[in-house]
Amino acid sequence: MSEPKTLAGKVWDQHVVPGSPQEPSHLDAPGGAAAAQGERPDLLYIDLHLVHEVTSPQAFEGLRMAGRSVRRPDLTLATVDHNVPTIGRDQPNPDPVSATQIATLQGNAREFGIPLFDIFDIRQGIVHIIGPEQGYTQPGMTIVCGDSHTSTHGAFGSLAFGIGTSEVEHVLATQTLRQVRPKMMSVEVTGELGPGVTAKDVILAIIHRIGVHGGIGHIIEYRGDVIRALSMEGRMTVCNMSIEAGARAGLIAPDETTFAYMKGRPHIPGGEQWESALARWSELATDDGAAFDTEVTLDGSEIVPYVTWGTNPSQSVTVTDRVPDPQSMPTETQREATRRALEYMDLEAGTPIREIRIDRVFLGSCTNGRIEDLRSAAGVVAGRRVADGVRAMVVPGSGLVKRQAEQEGLDAVFTQAGFEWRDAGCSMCLGMNPDILLPGERSASTSNRNFEGRQGPGGRTHLVSPEMAAAAAIAGHFVDVREVMSWSR
Amino acid sequence: MEPVSTVRGKALPLDRPNVDTDQIIPAKHLKRIERTGYGPFAFEAWRSDPDFVLNNPAYDGARILISRQNFGSGSSREHAVWAIQGLGIDALIAPSFADIFKGNCLQGGVLTIELPDEDVDYLMARAEELPESELVVDLESQRVSTADGSWTRRFDIDPYKKHRLLRGLDDIGMTLAQEDDITAFEAGRDDAAYPRTEP
Ligand code: SF4
Repeated sequence: MSEPKTLAGKVWDQHVVPGSPQEPSHLDAPGGAAAAQGERPDLLYIDLHLVHEVTSPQAFEGLRMAGRSVRRPDLTLATVDHNVPTIGRDQPNPDPVSATQIATLQGNAREFGIPLFDIFDIRQGIVHIIGPEQGYTQPGMTIVCGDSHTSTHGAFGSLAFGIGTSEVEHVLATQTLRQVRPKMMSVEVTGELGPGVTAKDVILAIIHRIGVHGGIGHIIEYRGDVIRALSMEGRMTVCNMSIEAGARAGLIAPDETTFAYMKGRPHIPGGEQWESALARWSELATDDGAAFDTEVTLDGSEIVPYVTWGTNPSQSVTVTDRVPDPQSMPTETQREATRRALEYMDLEAGTPIREIRIDRVFLGSCTNGRIEDLRSAAGVVAGRRVADGVRAMVVPGSGLVKRQAEQEGLDAVFTQAGFEWRDAGCSMCLGMNPDILLPGERSASTSNRNFEGRQGPGGRTHLVSPEMAAAAAIAGHFVDVREVMSWSR
Repeated sequence: MEPVSTVRGKALPLDRPNVDTDQIIPAKHLKRIERTGYGPFAFEAWRSDPDFVLNNPAYDGARILISRQNFGSGSSREHAVWAIQGLGIDALIAPSFADIFKGNCLQGGVLTIELPDEDVDYLMARAEELPESELVVDLESQRVSTADGSWTRRFDIDPYKKHRLLRGLDDIGMTLAQEDDITAFEAGRDDAAYPRTEP
């Protein structure tokens, strides 16, 4: 009988390249460096490597300087997302430095033979949206990208994590990565979600509970009835923000929902191969009795819509609550952090969340830029108008999400309400392309980070679900989307 | 990479928890395609405050930075490490570091030293009161000490990374030396079961 294993443990073990590094053999000598604490890293084989324009140029340059090639271009896929404008793409890029970065990726993809979903390709989009959309993301795979939100792909039961540029170069050259095996954490969400409560609220509630550092050194497996009941889009939203809890990765065991989402996508096998793949994927679950290093349980029926008030994603309250008083925090470090956050956010302790007025609304990002997100937001917006003085934009996560939304008429719903309808990219999720907040502007955003200046220097970000963002756009301030659902049109 | 063995110098106290990568290097400075030149933009927003510790000339030339839990949280951008190196900092001390950031630091030869809260409290207070006082970080013995040796602590580091840093070895070169193992792994599995990105 083999030991019961966690899902992440199984995927990890299946990808360890046997053999050991030749050079540091003396590590094992008595009294040698092996006497040091710490585990030896495994050499992990990588099944899919996603590449974007921001974290790759120095990696390709490193390969060139060392005269190395890309070992498996056929397991590598590149796209442009962070730095592309989301309007006026037929015009020359207004920013020459951005234009160079994009051209550099185009050149590197050509030189090293890597497939690229380029700026005018309908499949172009945010790197974590296009993988699942094309069926490249499959259960049991190892997936990496020079991007911290790579954890998104864990929604399919794959082991997916972000890496830095030196590691990007390492994967390009070797198709492997040297990693110490993380600890395992179980986050179980029991019960059932109430109406108007979404996957975004679930993950904000989880981060609120465990903190932005709670997941350091861990892979989180999300379990429980609430997770099982989520759509694939919802599961991707949850896994996406694993990194905001500090976790290395987050994943969910594949099931019928997963398989139904995957079936028929371009790179998903068909026919007999589909059957044998299903058999393989169905094995991918945590065994009964497998041990987790850390376990957390939340009652899903208690989760309500969340709004962040601070400058990290754990600084949140429910929409019915108020901006907290720094004095109410348990430690001096937290009191000081809260004071700083409120000062940056220009908020008074005790203000009801529903009285906070907003200037901008951003619907999009790899957290909430998928078709289902746009559908739910459109459901709130339909037949209504964006409040005076609010500028709201919708940025689909990929060219295909955009096309699908247009086929369903969602673009008309949004534009008639006064939203801008844009081309796919990271857009206002990070202040890198022309879509930014002005200093002092306040946004309701469906993205994942509310760090100081994240959406532009001096900008103030409140993270919410797509429904909550849509409702805020209409009201001009935060509202409880559960009440909006009963507004008469 | 240059070998790393000892870092000796003044310590810059950055007394904030959860310092994120957007503060270390804002996204608008990630457009460049080089590895260097990020130092001037490190902590750009906070530096506009004249009271920010980096603006205090007493810490000019500091080589060690002390901060609080979860330092380097957020993005995978290695530019954050390049920016910190651009400030002349070669070692970081905190109760914990974000995982990806920590990995990136070791890649670039920046030492990340995790110490318990009470030790960080001590070093933070010391650096605030005595800006001129120096610390010594020694990788071989895995110790961080005050320059006079009156206070010293041991820190952990993965032995593989330690070996690599001490000798300045090329990580990719070491893995390529194992190329036969990788090829055998590929041959030993059902490669066709994995999707291909080529059209
Ligand atoms: S949408 Fe935002 S979080 Fe996602 S990949 Fe783009 S910049 Fe990163």
